[in-house]
Amino acid sequence: MSDQETGKSGSRIGPFHIITGLILLFGAFLTVYRFTQGLGPMTNLNNEYPWGLWISFDLLCGVALAAGGFVTTAACYIFGLKKYHIAVRPAVLTAMLGYLLVVIALTYDVGRPWRLPYPFLVQSGTTSVLFEVALCVMIYLLTLIAEYSQVAFEWMRMSVARSLVMKSILFLTVLGVILSTMHQSSLGALYLIAPSKMHPLWYSAYIPVYFFVSAIVAGLSMVIVEMSLARRFLRHKMDEAHERGYDDVVLGFGKAAAFVLAGYVSLKLLGLAVDNDWSYLMTGFGALFLVELLGFFALPAYIFAIGARERRTGLIKWAAGWSVLGIVLNRINVSLVAYNWKLTVGEHYFPGWMEFGLTIFIVTLGLVLYRYCATRMPVLHEHPEYTDTH
Amino acid sequence: MHRRKFLGLMGAAGAGSVAASTARAAGGKHFEGYPDSFAVLFDSTECIGCRECERACNEVNNLDQPERPFDDLSVLETKRRTTSNAYTVVNKYDVPDQSAPVYRKIQCNHCMEPACASACFVGAFTKTELGAVTYDPSVCVGCRYCMIACPFHIPAYEYDKVLEPRIMKCTMCYETRLIKGELPGCVDACPKEALVFGKREQVLQLARRKLQTYPDRYEQHIYGETEMGGTNWLYISGTPFESLDMNTELGDTPAPKFTSGALKLVPGVVALWPLLLGGIYAVSRRKDKIAEQERQQSVEDAVAETKEQARKELEEFKEKAERDRKKEVDKAVKKAKEELEAERKDEQGGSDE
Amino acid sequence: MQDSFHTLYDFLLHSESTAYITMGLVLIFLLCFWLFLIQRDED
Repeated sequence: MSDQETGKSGSRIGPFHIITGLILLFGAFLTVYRFTQGLGPMTNLNNEYPWGLWISFDLLCGVALAAGGFVTTAACYIFGLKKYHIAVRPAVLTAMLGYLLVVIALTYDVGRPWRLPYPFLVQSGTTSVLFEVALCVMIYLLTLIAEYSQVAFEWMRMSVARSLVMKSILFLTVLGVILSTMHQSSLGALYLIAPSKMHPLWYSAYIPVYFFVSAIVAGLSMVIVEMSLARRFLRHKMDEAHERGYDDVVLGFGKAAAFVLAGYVSLKLLGLAVDNDWSYLMTGFGALFLVELLGFFALPAYIFAIGARERRTGLIKWAAGWSVLGIVLNRINVSLVAYNWKLTVGEHYFPGWMEFGLTIFIVTLGLVLYRYCATRMPVLHEHPEYTDTH
Repeated sequence: MHRRKFLGLMGAAGAGSVAASTARAAGGKHFEGYPDSFAVLFDSTECIGCRECERACNEVNNLDQPERPFDDLSVLETKRRTTSNAYTVVNKYDVPDQSAPVYRKIQCNHCMEPACASACFVGAFTKTELGAVTYDPSVCVGCRYCMIACPFHIPAYEYDKVLEPRIMKCTMCYETRLIKGELPGCVDACPKEALVFGKREQVLQLARRKLQTYPDRYEQHIYGETEMGGTNWLYISGTPFESLDMNTELGDTPAPKFTSGALKLVPGVVALWPLLLGGIYAVSRRKDKIAEQERQQSVEDAVAETKEQARKELEEFKEKAERDRKKEVDKAVKKAKEELEAERKDEQGGSDE
Repeated sequence: MQDSFHTLYDFLLHSESTAYITMGLVLIFLLCFWLFLIQRDED
């Protein structure tokens, strides 16, 4: 990564370009395949598993891992923790791209993607949890674009537009928290309607709260992970403030993540208690549940705590990566393992290679877009002409 | 047929507001369903597994011909479910203490409170007055959440259609036959009395009478009377329903109830978060302000102190300068005096010579 | 027939639709009220 000077044009071809280029090319093939052959030949979806990897990972995990946006903006602009200001722009960029990719992935998954605005324009099924998810995701994506537009306006030197956005930043932040609370929790609430199909260990009246609280963890962890990666690969784009503030963010977010995780684990135990599901812990599903809860939520909580106490940013980074994996495991467990656990008649499901391929393509697209924005726009550094960002 | 066609959200609220006057009456939140809706009673003791219902269904709904014809009964050897090409299937069950196999017909149960309708975010499903649950492909996005929601594993999807995939399920032949006053295709085709069609109340009475008249022949339960809030397809059987792969643990809670609680909390978020966040914001701003004031105060103090010090130093300097000047003046005066004295002496000496 | 809810689903469809519209109005109201409240605050 020594293309400091050529960063602006991005003309130098490195291994990053070659690998991502190949994946994007492959993605183009999959896109053509999807819209000429359909879901049948492309996926292993069937009538028992109408939602597969794309919903599990691209939607459920994608939205959860993009929670860094609302967490960071709330910390900075509402709680007034100004030392996290340097994390705001990278987090908002990641969130915006995350949501954008969720919507892009959905266009592959749903049958008639051009009808995605139908719930708002043609006929609203307001009794559906999915309606709420769709409405909030749509408005929140617009909110994130508005928040990020400040950066783009600086880049394009549009001062008037920029100051307009800055004036409404508090409103946008509050709106972001409201919408995130609603749809992060509702992604869990999607499964409330099918208690007969869900394993009792994962089915709970608390599931919306589980999803919301774990999304906060995902947001905090992703900011740590993503800032560490940016520091590693895009360090030349970081200004002195980012360099100096980095440890503060990692330590502060690590500490917050530790406590939120502790709350999450407690909540899960309370969930077991109120539904009296203890006996299920002795089964195979119970073992998986315990691996998830203890290994991927309780353990990172402890590591985060150690890291925060002893001010070891390296430890916190590992804990952050581990808890991100935990969120992914949880979402997959809910949507693919606990769902249809009793299935006797009908097919089981394992994603096909093209499903994995499309998911890899979507993630790669996110990386490329992040790199594009972060190397050109004032994300990891302040714009020299606009230093009054506070 | 006439169908609710709303214009987005406003339409949905508006259409209901006609009924606003009776929303109060609905305050008890107890709904009986459409009073004159129809239902079908399936009696597994009558079913002989001939698959005539499957054939009729296929014809009425213009579905593709299956690979193996309907009179090929070897199909029954494998357990099947409904697909996009078969709205109804009959499965065969070998029940331990029964000499002959038992058959069960599977199709949409036409819930009184349909989970699919509750789950659909474009309202593509309608619970009609006649009892049938119908589907409108003209608004369907193809998200397949209805398939997740259905407790009976009924809706199927046209995975092989690229651009216009639909959800496929039994509609009780609503459009093709029911609204014309005809029987559903399968009921019409059944050579036995395994399927009986009528007003739900009457069908329930018939089922109860059967259970009472032949208590040894039937399990004393009408499946669908209360399951998931009740269905418009009812079942009676001579063997436990579990042995026919029917889920007997569904409970009597209608599907919309499972999500309505969570949905009702949502508006609270919109009102309460701004309060909470506004409060936190105000407190953090106040703290910032106080911190800022304190900082300014300490700066002022420091400035004052420095000023005071500077003043003192200046004064001292002035005093010193004054003293120095005085000294200097004194010195100069003294020197002048001495010089004057010396001059005088010289003059005196000179005049002496 | 038209003037009563026969199913919980119909009732919820109506109540939720009005709830969503109310949510939008509440959000706008709270924003305006907040602005009114802090209007005279010297920063």
